[in-house]
Amino acid sequence: MWRFIGSRLLQAIPVLFIVIALTFFLVRFAPGGPFSTEKAVVPEVKRALEAQYHLDQPLLVQFGSYLSDLARGDFGPSFKYPGRSVNELIAAGIPATAELGFYALIVAVVLGMTAGIVAALSPNTWRDYLPMSSAMIGICMPTFLLGPLLVLIFGLWLEWTPVSGWGEVPGDKILPSLTLGAAYAAYVARLTRSGLLEVLSQDYIRTARAKGLPNFIIVFKHALRGSLIPVVAFLGPAFAGLLSGSFVVETIFQVPGLGRFFVQAAFNRDYTLILGSTVFFAVLIVVFNLLSDVLAAWLNPRLRSGLGDRS
Amino acid sequence: MNITTSEVYERGTSLWQDAWIRLRKNKMAVAGGITLIVITLLCVLVPFLSPYDYEQQDLLLGASAPSTQHWLGTDVFGRDLLTRILFGGRISLLVGVIATSVALIIGVTWGAIAGYAGGRVDAFMMRFVDIVYALPFMIFVVLLMVIFGRNLFLLFLVIGAVEWLTMARIVRSQVQSLKQLEFIEAAISLGLSSWTIIRRHLIPNAIGPVIVYTTLTIPSVMLLEAFISFLGLGIQPPQSSWGSLIADGVETMEEFPWLLIFPGLALSVTLFALNFLGDGLRDALDVRGAKD
Repeated sequence: MWRFIGSRLLQAIPVLFIVIALTFFLVRFAPGGPFSTEKAVVPEVKRALEAQYHLDQPLLVQFGSYLSDLARGDFGPSFKYPGRSVNELIAAGIPATAELGFYALIVAVVLGMTAGIVAALSPNTWRDYLPMSSAMIGICMPTFLLGPLLVLIFGLWLEWTPVSGWGEVPGDKILPSLTLGAAYAAYVARLTRSGLLEVLSQDYIRTARAKGLPNFIIVFKHALRGSLIPVVAFLGPAFAGLLSGSFVVETIFQVPGLGRFFVQAAFNRDYTLILGSTVFFAVLIVVFNLLSDVLAAWLNPRLRSGLGDRS
Repeated sequence: MNITTSEVYERGTSLWQDAWIRLRKNKMAVAGGITLIVITLLCVLVPFLSPYDYEQQDLLLGASAPSTQHWLGTDVFGRDLLTRILFGGRISLLVGVIATSVALIIGVTWGAIAGYAGGRVDAFMMRFVDIVYALPFMIFVVLLMVIFGRNLFLLFLVIGAVEWLTMARIVRSQVQSLKQLEFIEAAISLGLSSWTIIRRHLIPNAIGPVIVYTTLTIPSVMLLEAFISFLGLGIQPPQSSWGSLIADGVETMEEFPWLLIFPGLALSVTLFALNFLGDGLRDALDVRGAKD
């Protein structure tokens, strides 16, 4: 198990390096720097600014010093918010994004698994068709459409929930979490259903039935664990989607989180903030992929010896 | 002996007919296919069908609810919404098809070469795919669009570059198993070049999963384009796609909800149809593991 985790960690290093290098050079070669603003800046001032942020040094030297700063956990100063470090800005965005992601994950798992189990227990009846066609709608309906529609219906017409905001009025966290979680709930429902159906047709379930175990125990104690592997394998990569989904959801609902920061940083050409948040996202994604691999290996010992089906 | 070979041969040719019969039995897939054909035709023929031009403003009218004159209403500039949706659909569908073709070409070539070459080349090429697969792509798409401007061509390219990875994996595993078969051995002993074998024998035999995955790639590509346009980084006015129409609709949804609902409906119905058609094709061609 530890060797498995170790080899996965080793694989993560080149990924992270490529992410950092790609973003670094992409941003540096981009036309228009952070100081090429509307106002004409006096050349001396510009030079002084560039010296302050080490933009006058050769590119590779800049890259080297950025890497060494990064290794010490220092993302550098922000270009657009003078006097604030990228670390501070990222730290300010984390709580809201983490909370949103957490609730969305709960929505995805609880809603999705419930729907999937209900569907699998009575296949090809209306209890199967209803949740599964709703899941199809959830997959086809993009976040940026579902969010506004929910706001329109529950916020503006029915006036059940606040329209936007985060942690200001009670209940304003419901719609963002639902919006972000819905698509994943749909995938989880489909995976749970197909996984459970497959497991329920296996011999050891027949044995359990032959022993006269109640249906409840068979499903929740014996079948569910085996059918969760695809769900767990899905949740790791889904985390990446959850992050990019948070760009939209945080923009729509005005949640002061990382996603909104990133979009703003990209528009502002705030080099260090873009770099910092990209690296931060990449680390998170790698970590969550690792976690889901480890969890999948724990659920299915067959994966531990080999490399698993993903490679 | 002769009879059995010809029987096998006949069964072989009827694979596509079998698939077609199975597909026709799947009502949802057929409905999806018909919906797609209708939407595509409407989008292509809209200049001849609609009495309105897509930029033609009627500022006196402004935003109006659906009526007999304007079936889906008009936007704040008095432009006919149905016409704009159909013109927007041209861009959305075009992005879907072209970006998927980019992904198709890169992915199939990459996967076929890796699978056929095997050994170190294969290991290197697939390790590359693994690494790229782990990159946070949405972030790079946003970055590229911000940095290099909002250009339609770049949009195709970027989306295509994101979506080829899974295609490469599918084609590689197909080619790997096909490579073991006798007819490839025969082709090698006939002295055909590797490239000819890949092009003439391997790729055509791996086409089933490729078709299925292509149908499933188009909706995810369209979704990506809509997402980028929604953020204001994709299609720029006066041009519009379903994504940018939805973004416009969100701004005024309180007073004029139809401006959000109808473009959203157009996008969702198309994605719905594509997904059902893709699922139907997967069952009909009996392809496993093309998506899940």
